[in-house]
Amino acid sequence: MRQVYLDYSATTPVKEDVLKEMIPYFTENFGNPSSLYTIGAASKEAIEKARTQVAKLIHAQEKELFFTSSGTEADNWAVLGAADTLKAKGNHIITTKIEHHAMLHSCEYLEKHGYEVTYLDVKPDGRVDPEALKAAITDKTILISIMFVNNEIGTVEPIKELAAIAKERGILFHTDAVQALGNVPIDVKDLGVDLMSISAHKIYGPKGIGALYIRKGVKLSNFIHGGGQESKKRAGTENLPGIVGFGKAAELAGENLDSHVAKISGLRDYFIDQITSKIENVTVNGSREFRHPGNANLTFEFIEGEAMLLYLDLRGIAVSTGSACSSASLSPSHVLSAIGVPVENIHGSLRFTVGDFTTKEDLDYVVTELVEVVNKLRNISSISKTKGW
Amino acid sequence: MAMYNDKVMDHFMNPHNVGELENADGSGTYGSPVCGDMMKIDIKVEDDVIKDAKFKTFGCGSAIASSSVATDMIIGLTVDEALAVTNKQIINELGGLPAIKIHCSVLADHAIKSAIYDYAQKNGKSYKGLEGFDPDADEDDHHDSCEVE
Repeated sequence: MRQVYLDYSATTPVKEDVLKEMIPYFTENFGNPSSLYTIGAASKEAIEKARTQVAKLIHAQEKELFFTSSGTEADNWAVLGAADTLKAKGNHIITTKIEHHAMLHSCEYLEKHGYEVTYLDVKPDGRVDPEALKAAITDKTILISIMFVNNEIGTVEPIKELAAIAKERGILFHTDAVQALGNVPIDVKDLGVDLMSISAHKIYGPKGIGALYIRKGVKLSNFIHGGGQESKKRAGTENLPGIVGFGKAAELAGENLDSHVAKISGLRDYFIDQITSKIENVTVNGSREFRHPGNANLTFEFIEGEAMLLYLDLRGIAVSTGSACSSASLSPSHVLSAIGVPVENIHGSLRFTVGDFTTKEDLDYVVTELVEVVNKLRNISSISKTKGW
Repeated sequence: MAMYNDKVMDHFMNPHNVGELENADGSGTYGSPVCGDMMKIDIKVEDDVIKDAKFKTFGCGSAIASSSVATDMIIGLTVDEALAVTNKQIINELGGLPAIKIHCSVLADHAIKSAIYDYAQKNGKSYKGLEGFDPDADEDDHHDSCEVE
């Protein structure tokens, strides 16, 4: 059976060139980078090379990049560190309703500890209204955190414009760019952001390694305490192979950005066209214009997402759903809810994300199977266009 | 998928009794699209025995499997016997459901009772198993209400 992976926003496979670069750092070049002897120094050198590679991808200085265990840790560090550093100045944080849980749950934690958080609404296409951001700022606002690219609907936010608003008011600006990295051009200086979270496993690098960009001059309380690694800002023996892999993945992502975007956006558009022409009552969620090049978030009316996901899985196709029934909390996607998708339609949403290894033949196979799956489930369904509910 | 056992998957992939009965003697719907699950069960009753049952379900894999096995279970039972079917029996018949999916079996249990309730209303009958049963109760929060079952 054909196997088609269409969940590149969840994670990506490690590219062979990345893996090759990493392997010696598990076995031969395993020295602790904090050690003074030769193999330790070699490890330290490898980390600094990777730092240069990753920094280059986002146009940062090497000294502004700090490796973490994940994008989640970077998000946590940014928001909790900023809240702690700036607590004398204020206790108000602004974010959006469509952030990743790494941000939302960090904010909920802070709310339990005396901070106030404004969760901005977004427009139906998922974009933040700059005027709404301006209106939400108070004298107590210490941090604005708005994600660069949404992980579910792929909407690209106007980060440069939003960061400028923050800068004008002297407020720290953080963006979770985990989904943006390698899929949209990023220049931290041009964007004017103070803090940025990124992760390796979304750009064909390994899992378990992320980074936080901290603009030179920004003070941020430490989140992980211990030794003096990462310029005494993030303790813990470095994930050496992971960092090396992140570096190589970043180098490749930078070299191939244009061709990568052209390829996957073409495939994504082809896929959406095929689906919407062959299946009735399908809607595309999020902005068509400002969108992650590989993201197609679609609602299939009258049927439920987990059931679709299961049928597709049995046909070798891996996708993701915003349906409540696939989640432990039984809460439907907060992102689709925030952009106004009716709850009954949220249950029938699937996220397809194409990537570097996707082919047109893969998508043709998925379309064929999906037509069959949707028809089968609609035949079983107790609701329909004609019946309503 | 590892989440479900083979029997649940078999009922999900090859559901029994899908459809609607023409001139059904009783028809019940439970759940709502907003909750993500809505089940409709039709029954045909002769001499107080359920001769046929069909279902249509908007819902996840376990909701479809629960509907399939529940309709299998009640065909051939007397109305009283069908009313005695519990969601736990539906789960047992399926060989188990993940804890987070228990509500699907409750949905099937309630849809059966709703269909019989409709049959009883139309035919002026009363059954002990329907005492206190409200076919419209808790539709909006059946996920929560199921957790205590």
